Amino acid sequence: QDPSLAEANSFSPSMPISPSSMINQYKFEDESELKDLFITVDDPESHITAIETFITYRVVTKTSRGEFDSCEYEVRRRYQDFLWLKSKLEEAHPTLIIPPLPEKFVMKGMVERFSDEFIETRRKALHKFLNRIADHPTLTFNEDFKIFLTAQAWELSSHKKQGPGLLSRMGQTVRAVASSVRGGVKNRPEMFTEMNDYVEIFSHKINVLDKIAHRIYKEEREYFNEMKEYGPIHTLWSASEEDIADSLKGVASCIDKCCKATEKRMAGLSENLLPIIHEYVLYSEILMGVLKRRDQIQSELDSKVDALANKKADKDLFSEEIGKLEDKVECANNALKADWDRWKQNMQYDMRSAFTSVADNNLRYYEE
Amino acid sequence: MEDCLAKKMEITVSEAEKRTGRNAMNMQETYTAYLIETRAIESQNEGQCSPVDSLWRRYSEFELLRNYLLVTYPHIVVPPLPEKRADFVWHKLSADNMDPDFVERRRIGLENFLLRVASHPVLCQDKVFYSFLTQEGGWKEMVNETGFQLKADSRLKALNATFRVKNPDKRFTELKHYGDELQSVISHLLRVRARVADRLYGVYKVHGNYGRVFSEWSAIEKEMGDGLQSAGHHMDVYAASIDDILEEEEHYADQLKEYLFYAEALRAVCRKHELMQYDLEMAAQDLTSKKQQCEELATGTVRTFSLKGMTSKLFGQESPEQREAKIKVLEEQIQEGEEQLKSKNLEGRDFVKSAWADIERFKEQKNHDLKEALISYAVMQISMCKKGIQVWTNAKECSSKM
Repeated sequence: QDPSLAEANSFSPSMPISPSSMINQYKFEDESELKDLFITVDDPESHITAIETFITYRVVTKTSRGEFDSCEYEVRRRYQDFLWLKSKLEEAHPTLIIPPLPEKFVMKGMVERFSDEFIETRRKALHKFLNRIADHPTLTFNEDFKIFLTAQAWELSSHKKQGPGLLSRMGQTVRAVASSVRGGVKNRPEMFTEMNDYVEIFSHKINVLDKIAHRIYKEEREYFNEMKEYGPIHTLWSASEEDIADSLKGVASCIDKCCKATEKRMAGLSENLLPIIHEYVLYSEILMGVLKRRDQIQSELDSKVDALANKKADKDLFSEEIGKLEDKVECANNALKADWDRWKQNMQYDMRSAFTSVADNNLRYYEE
Repeated sequence: MEDCLAKKMEITVSEAEKRTGRNAMNMQETYTAYLIETRAIESQNEGQCSPVDSLWRRYSEFELLRNYLLVTYPHIVVPPLPEKRADFVWHKLSADNMDPDFVERRRIGLENFLLRVASHPVLCQDKVFYSFLTQEGGWKEMVNETGFQLKADSRLKALNATFRVKNPDKRFTELKHYGDELQSVISHLLRVRARVADRLYGVYKVHGNYGRVFSEWSAIEKEMGDGLQSAGHHMDVYAASIDDILEEEEHYADQLKEYLFYAEALRAVCRKHELMQYDLEMAAQDLTSKKQQCEELATGTVRTFSLKGMTSKLFGQESPEQREAKIKVLEEQIQEGEEQLKSKNLEGRDFVKSAWADIERFKEQKNHDLKEALISYAVMQISMCKKGIQVWTNAKECSSKM
């Protein structure tokens, strides 16, 4: 066994070593039967210090896995900690699709930073984030993930301070930008070009969908506001009438029922459809990032190959490096492909259930 | 309604046509003319189809007819005309008088007006109304020749009466309040309904955007593609369905509008009563004061202040002959006054009786019509929901196949 191959696997120490088993690692598993990690995010609490105010969330983990010392954990985490986790995962698995985090700020709308609505939306998204990682066949075994779920606050802080510093992370970013500036990669396999094209179009469509869904919500809200006034007028009228008073009162109460049904429909939209579409808007950005990183890894390989072709010196050293890089590229590619397929299946499932539930909601609305 | 015209004659306003002509100030104008068709209803046994008579009238002629009826039958709640200008519109509906949908709804409203007049036990017998339906030329002149405009009460006089009348019949006062309330509540309802329609339109139409995005999205998906595409199609159907739904609702709105305008007709009858009552009170007051004057002159006592009394105090009393002459004049006037008072009283009582009879008839008609309108509105809503259920059931099926 080639020790240098082990180096290439330094991203995630718990991964097996041989290439073929690595590829098998990424095959899609039916996790629902094998689920052994349950995570909930709840109980937001605000903390006020001299410098800042921030919110922490309670993260409860229940598991039957051997790697965990205990079967239940309860910790408190703040948004920063989630950001840290995400960047560690991206570092360790540059070409896996890491789930999106809710945004730091909300640009549009007048949602105050710590309004109840904002906190609740964020909590739900954070819960989703951790669960998606738990369901991912590779990410679920990530060491940083485990530490995130189990470490006490001070343990986490000290662990955070280890690992590649800010400078090296900046270096990665610079290289990424540089390679994207250079334009497309020369030897990009067909499959990834297709993926790129797909992501571009998907990203556009999902953004439009996001706008449409929000617009529908807004229109329904305006409709609801007008309807609220409509019923009472009939009641007012019934006061001047004798014969038709009952009919008018009947109409008034029906209109009020319609109002309630509209409220339910709106709630359904905002709980089911809007968050999912938003999550996939963020996903489309993540996908683009992943594809870029893959390109970047490949261009490292390409430039070394070019250098070799030009220099002809130190051939052995170079070819060893190239060998490593080729493996790296192959790993990256396979990781991405497998994850891609998995992501698409998930997306399909999510969209299907989201739109089906919208349809259900509407059915319920009309039936009421 | 034994002998009303509607039973003897079929009346329709069947067509509307744009015309251009010159108006009173010799300027060119565009207007719409409506075709009135009438046909005598033969009994079934004869098996003949009588010929159709027709003539064209424009809106202003309908207005003239109605004004004539208002003045000639002040004790009747005269059916209203459809609105002159489009009111209570929601933004997709045109406020333009020339808009074909507006013209169509007006055509229906005018036909409704004619049918209401023709089925009214009193109004249907009017000769001017009959000529309106049957006499093509010279009708306008004929109406004006009746001199009805002279009989019309001035608005100012009516307003004055409303404020100063002392003893109007309580029922009419109540009716006037009812008319006010009805008008206010229906116009509020129509305004809100227009806003609700606007919003509903928005909700449906935005769903149409799904159709296009789904279609474009389906192009890049392999397994999801078909489901997306057909779901998108159903969203388009959903968005398109609102147009018919709202058009039907416009007819409901028109039914309410008719009663909105009827409220004004009710108030007109009340005003007439107040005017007559005020007239009566004034005449009685005048009579009383004349009688008093007479008495004073006869007995020489001055009970009430009068300019005459003052001047006679200042400039000396009049001669007995002058006084006699005055008393004679007053006695004549008093006699006239008493006769007038008697006939006014009679007139007043007759008016109240016949007006109240028509008002009862109107109340029944109103209750019946409004109940039916509300029922048809409910039916419309149910049908809208059924359509919604169908579309979303289809959409659900497509979504679950994604």
